Amino acid sequence: MININFSSKFKHANIISITLFLISIILIGFKGLNYGIDFKGGTLIELRSNNTESSLIRDILKNMDLGDVNVKKFGKEGDFLIKVEQKGDNNKLIPEIKKNLSDKLNSDVNFRRVENVGPKVSAELLQSGIIAISLSLAAMLFYIWVRFEWQFSIGSIIALFHDVMITLGIFSLLSLEINLSIIAAVLTIVGYSMNDTVVIYDRIRENLGKFHKLDISDIANLSINETLARTIITSITTLLALLSIFILGGEILRGFSFAMILGVLIGTYSSIFVASPILKYFKVSYKTIEKEEEKIVP
Amino acid sequence: MLNFSKINVLIIYFLFTFIAAFAFLNFQDENNKLMNKKINLGLDLQGGSYLLLEINSDSLVREKIQSKVIPLKKLLKNNDINYDNFKINDNSLSLSIDNIEKFDLLFNSRKDNLINPYIDNYRSHELEYKKTDNKKIVISFSKFGLLTINNSALKQSIEIVRRRIDDVGTKEPTILQRGEKRILVELPGLKDPERIKALLGKTAQLNFRLVTDNNEFGTDELISENGEKLNISKRIIMSGENLIDAQPSIQNQNNEPTVSFTLDRLGAQKFGRATTDNVGKRLAIVLDGEIVSAPNINEPITSGNGMISGNFTFQEATDLALLLRSGALPTPLTVVEERTVGPDLGEDSIKSGITSLIVGFILVILFMLYKYKLFGLIANTALIANLLMLIGVLTILEATLTLPGIAGIILTVGMAVDANVLIFERIREELKTEKSIIHAFDTGYTRAKITVLDANITTLIAAIILFAFGSGPVKGFAITLGIGIITTLFTAYFLARHLTSLVVLNTKNKEIKI
Repeated sequence: MININFSSKFKHANIISITLFLISIILIGFKGLNYGIDFKGGTLIELRSNNTESSLIRDILKNMDLGDVNVKKFGKEGDFLIKVEQKGDNNKLIPEIKKNLSDKLNSDVNFRRVENVGPKVSAELLQSGIIAISLSLAAMLFYIWVRFEWQFSIGSIIALFHDVMITLGIFSLLSLEINLSIIAAVLTIVGYSMNDTVVIYDRIRENLGKFHKLDISDIANLSINETLARTIITSITTLLALLSIFILGGEILRGFSFAMILGVLIGTYSSIFVASPILKYFKVSYKTIEKEEEKIVP
Repeated sequence: MLNFSKINVLIIYFLFTFIAAFAFLNFQDENNKLMNKKINLGLDLQGGSYLLLEINSDSLVREKIQSKVIPLKKLLKNNDINYDNFKINDNSLSLSIDNIEKFDLLFNSRKDNLINPYIDNYRSHELEYKKTDNKKIVISFSKFGLLTINNSALKQSIEIVRRRIDDVGTKEPTILQRGEKRILVELPGLKDPERIKALLGKTAQLNFRLVTDNNEFGTDELISENGEKLNISKRIIMSGENLIDAQPSIQNQNNEPTVSFTLDRLGAQKFGRATTDNVGKRLAIVLDGEIVSAPNINEPITSGNGMISGNFTFQEATDLALLLRSGALPTPLTVVEERTVGPDLGEDSIKSGITSLIVGFILVILFMLYKYKLFGLIANTALIANLLMLIGVLTILEATLTLPGIAGIILTVGMAVDANVLIFERIREELKTEKSIIHAFDTGYTRAKITVLDANITTLIAAIILFAFGSGPVKGFAITLGIGIITTLFTAYFLARHLTSLVVLNTKNKEIKI
């Protein structure tokens, strides 16, 4: 059997985690997140036009007085993504932009995607995204509290916070766009990371009951080692699927799959190095779970 | 855990075959359908337009509160309540009265209250008043009064939106109410929604009013189609409500596109009387506060048929006729969210989605074979069964598949093997201490059960919350992820377990490797 002394590395790992967590908070607080039009409002246009340069499109749109305009290449040659931070009336604006581009670009323009989100809707979408993430964290907290003891509940929720914040921190660092699909990714990460933590926690609980003499450090270590093969294999199969989406799934799914890949890596790490040490800090022992059992069966 | 009764085996395989069979309904011949069930493609995959419209009832509220002025004054007078400082605000009325107790009694009476009707559904009055000081009160709509106004405006708007969209003739539009003020419109296959947006952007309130300089009703100064400034009487001779039909037509004399209309009996009467009395004057045709044209009344029009000209192109005439036919919207509609995907992007998305699904699937299968050999084969069989069942359930539900939904399926493929991995790893451990192989497999399954359940329920919780809060494509992801978890549990715990039991029981405690 593999036997790695994980608990000896807890301390170092925790210092790294806390540092990354704090850096992420600072990044999110000061640099901010790069919200897409879903959450900021505005217009997004994806167009395909050969023999066109971003600068050409930019110049045409600059003359229209639309406020902040962002044009970049998107995926294949000839595909461009335009983002306009307009505040005007979408009923008139989009046809105008389309007409201007069709008229002034020399080659055929194919508008592949047009999205517009008004300020009210984007505020609502952001709000419901935040509610969804908070609610999922609360639901996990509750589920673990019901299935395990409160120490486990706290441990798993700290691990989840850790995963979500660091994933968002990396998004902030790289200025990657946060849109609806990223919220979906974050929620899936919450589910996945929880899944990983639960497997280890289950084993810790089982071993606590089996080996009364071992202290929590050793129990955690033993449990992590026993489940390590599963942890790694599942991460690999999930990552294989995600890499396939990341590489072959097209531009639209790229941000989503990237967030998921980050989340799976961080989530796997946190189940071992964040969720488990917390049980040690709470001095969980076989008495903790016995007490709980007495409560249930008086 | 390895003993299956015959009936159990039968149930497991029957369920699997039954559900998985639905997956094949998606590949039916169009002309020879066995059953009309299939997975629908989301707008992001088949191309089309998604519009979220919002009604703005401010003007309606203003009108409604104004309509309360005369009855209210009458009520106060009839009951000898003195008032002064009567003011009409945007959405309220303010006044000072000398007998608030008496007013309260009248205002909040539930029987035959014409001014402030009691809404039974909400157990609330339409209006409410607030005392701002001793004598002064402000009357406005109550929360439920506003809700009622919004509701009826919304219902009416949905009806008219439907008529307009049906008239344009797009295939299978979806028109639904969303919340208290919004209408969701989905137009699959529509490449350019601008025409529909333009059609929905007009309230199309049509009035016929006289051009006049002095009038007891007051006048509005409007600009005519040729740039003339005209004074238009505020008195409405006839409005679009009286129209029963409108069609584009070509006027023979100069080939000009026009809109000819037919009036109902009441409209024909009103129109006949007004044109008879006002021969020689000009009649302004006002649409949404703008003059379409202001022709001379040459002779009385009593037939109930008329024509509107106004330098239209044929398309404009067609659209105007459509708007007039469908009726006026009670309030203006604004597009608060729009998402349009061209059909070629949709096709590209399907292609890349399916490619990544196949590649991801093959990678996972190869990895499992490499890692678990014979039992990898069992896990893979379960995985294929899982995929078939997932597609089968989606077909039964006639769910909508979106691009994130495909991602959800791929993710399910990656995560589904987890259940079998958990079990196999557990069995490996048991085999180290347990002498009887059958026993080791048995305890392996038993002990892993709780862990597998716990681990999957957490992901299921995430999927449910995502389904409740997500919108559009993201909802599609939640659906495939959630159903994927359930089919995963079924295939791992029933199908794969049965296959494992066949292998284990047949080897009869000989050397077995996992």
